[in-house]
Amino acid sequence: MVNHPIPSQVISRLKKGKASPTAIGGSLVTPFTIVLAVLIGISLFFMAQRFIYGLGAVTNINNGYPWGIWVVWDVVIATGFACGGYAMALVCYILNRGEYHHLVRPALTASLFGYSLGGASVLIDLGRYWNFWHILWPGYAQPGSVMFEVAACISCYILVLWIEFSPAFLEHFGFKNLKAKLNKVMFFFIGLGVLLPTMHQSSLGSLLVVFGYQIHPLWQTPLLPLLFLLTAVCMGFAIVIVEATWAAVGFKRDIHDELPMLSKIGKIIMGILVAYLVIRLGDLVVRGAIFKVFTSGVKSVMFLIEMAVFIYPIVVLSSPANRKRLSKLLAAAMSMLTGAILYRIDAFLVAYDTGPGWHYFPSVPEMMVTIGVIAIEVLAYIIFVRKFPILPGHSTPAAAE
Amino acid sequence: MTITRRNFLATAAAGGTAAAAACATLAPAGAEARESHKVPDNAVGLLYDATLCIGCKACMSACKEANDLPLEDTIGEKLWDTPLELSGKTYNVIKVYQSGTMENKDKAENGFAHIKRSCLHCADPSCVSACPVSAMQKRATDGVVTYNKDACIGCRYCVAACPFGVPQFQYDTPKPEIAKCQLCKHRMEQGKYAACAESCPTGATIFGSYAALSAEIDRRRAMKPGEPNLFPRRTPESGDMHEKAAPEYVDYVYGQKDAGGTQVRYLSGVAFDKLALPMGLPERAYAADSETLQHTLYGGMILPVVALAGLVTAAWRGSKDHHDDDEFDMFDHPEGGHK
Ligand code: SF4
Ligand code: SF4
Ligand code: SF4
Repeated sequence: MVNHPIPSQVISRLKKGKASPTAIGGSLVTPFTIVLAVLIGISLFFMAQRFIYGLGAVTNINNGYPWGIWVVWDVVIATGFACGGYAMALVCYILNRGEYHHLVRPALTASLFGYSLGGASVLIDLGRYWNFWHILWPGYAQPGSVMFEVAACISCYILVLWIEFSPAFLEHFGFKNLKAKLNKVMFFFIGLGVLLPTMHQSSLGSLLVVFGYQIHPLWQTPLLPLLFLLTAVCMGFAIVIVEATWAAVGFKRDIHDELPMLSKIGKIIMGILVAYLVIRLGDLVVRGAIFKVFTSGVKSVMFLIEMAVFIYPIVVLSSPANRKRLSKLLAAAMSMLTGAILYRIDAFLVAYDTGPGWHYFPSVPEMMVTIGVIAIEVLAYIIFVRKFPILPGHSTPAAAE
Repeated sequence: MTITRRNFLATAAAGGTAAAAACATLAPAGAEARESHKVPDNAVGLLYDATLCIGCKACMSACKEANDLPLEDTIGEKLWDTPLELSGKTYNVIKVYQSGTMENKDKAENGFAHIKRSCLHCADPSCVSACPVSAMQKRATDGVVTYNKDACIGCRYCVAACPFGVPQFQYDTPKPEIAKCQLCKHRMEQGKYAACAESCPTGATIFGSYAALSAEIDRRRAMKPGEPNLFPRRTPESGDMHEKAAPEYVDYVYGQKDAGGTQVRYLSGVAFDKLALPMGLPERAYAADSETLQHTLYGGMILPVVALAGLVTAAWRGSKDHHDDDEFDMFDHPEGGHK
């Protein structure tokens, strides 16, 4: 999905000054893509089982835990990971900071695939998937439902992402005029492309409000939407750092030039995280739930781990010297991502308690399907950049590998 | 032009001011909390009196028959219907609380008590609020919470949301449905009523209008424990009464206010938390909390539209700043690179 080397190559290429976008070309059959294909094959096998025998044949979900990793990972966490495009568009186009510009494109590409696959994989999880269109159909759609809001917004955002990307296709197919016209109104889609993730990333948190007492007080709060939004934006920035560092490690590249940008992003992450923690802990105090921090068994432990991995990046990033070191930036970003993943898993699964006797841990086939979805995403990305002029012209043979 | 710190701050400040102004103007409108829905005027429901229940499970088999549900075999005998909980095959189940020697019926110590589990037909149901496709609906007329499988997408949000763990998804079939009591709505169309109430030999489960059941609840709670009293079977007005010593009820009517109130209510001699019903639920429905939040953020789509206007303006200014011609390409940004 995101932790693969391609976007970082993009960054490296983008650094080589302005080159017009070209397809990278090259062979689609590499050891890496073969591994991906095998993983996809395995997951297709289990998906077939799911469609032939029902969800119970493959997953461990049950009526006490009706949502498993196909919801929590494939949608809630995966779309968070895919917030790189959202976060970069926010600083670059809305706050008008052109210097971040060359980080936008790789981030947006990862978002395109993260969201498209996240949206499509919902069909695997829906019990009555053949009715999925009802959710956007007048007469069926129920606007009071938080899930309606999430579904409508994510669908629109996927559409917007493809529109934002369409210049690449139009160029490929030689529609220069159309491309020019589209570019004139692109600012509208950029605005929309920032609004929609703001809406649905926060709504992913709102989903839990109606669960009431079934969500432990350390997580249940009317501020869930704000907390989910803040961590989603942070995830977007952290992903950009991870992708950039990946290049430095994987290709032994000197990324001296990029560092100032990345350290600024580190500073942004620090700021948002501080706000997040102040709001989260302040809310616990106001609701009187703070005393549950040490008295709730496993849930307390999970909460404290979350706090630790959120506080660690703040401590690291608070030192300007650390912000200049790639290793420290990476450590902080990884810690932040871990925190955001844990926060989502905790809120949806650990904090969720419908009464005694119910347990959930994903089955191996269930996990294989999730891994397969990630593999599809990565493979699609590779094919995409090799066949379409997404990336600026490459200049080093290493980058084309 | 080059991006300077100053014009960055100016843009950010302008955007921030606009957002703050928008929030300030819209906050009062959005702050209107949605109240919990009340039980409709002509509501119907059930009263389950655990002290009258003998655990015969006649209601369970009547429910299976009335709703065409398959038997469930949990003990491997393939002889009886033996569900232990609500499930994709079971809308109604009788469970038992057991303590110590189990000598005393309806006593918490060394006693036992039955409890009937089925949909409570909430006044303001979480399942209805959660369902994105209106498959779960509350009938305005009698307040029955219905399920329409032809609308359902199988997302299981209702399963997760119901505070009483009622809706059950069918995990063992490629064409799953949500299993949930609909108060025999198909029998009501034929002038009949809930099969469980009709079949109950002791009047532990009775069906009636919400008002009549309220009166019956008041009557029973006013009884003097130990004194003989008459209890109706099937419905409060059936006239088919049997005599029994009045039980000692705990001082709580489950469903009167819990999570906004329900149309199926319970009386018992044993505290309800021992009967696996969640205690301490707020009187305000969770659906009201959730929809208030949604309405605050998205009511009339005012906030999103204002935000969109701000964002589009910012993006438009961005594109102007960077381009004198109209060749704006978000991927080929002349200002890209380091400053
Ligand atoms: S008990 Fe559960 S399923 Fe029944 S109406 Fe209430 S929320 Fe819906
Ligand atoms: S599973 Fe069906 S009835 Fe339940 S919330 Fe989803 S669409 Fe509605
Ligand atoms: S039919 Fe009546 S007495 Fe028998 S188990 Fe059901 S509620 Fe209890």
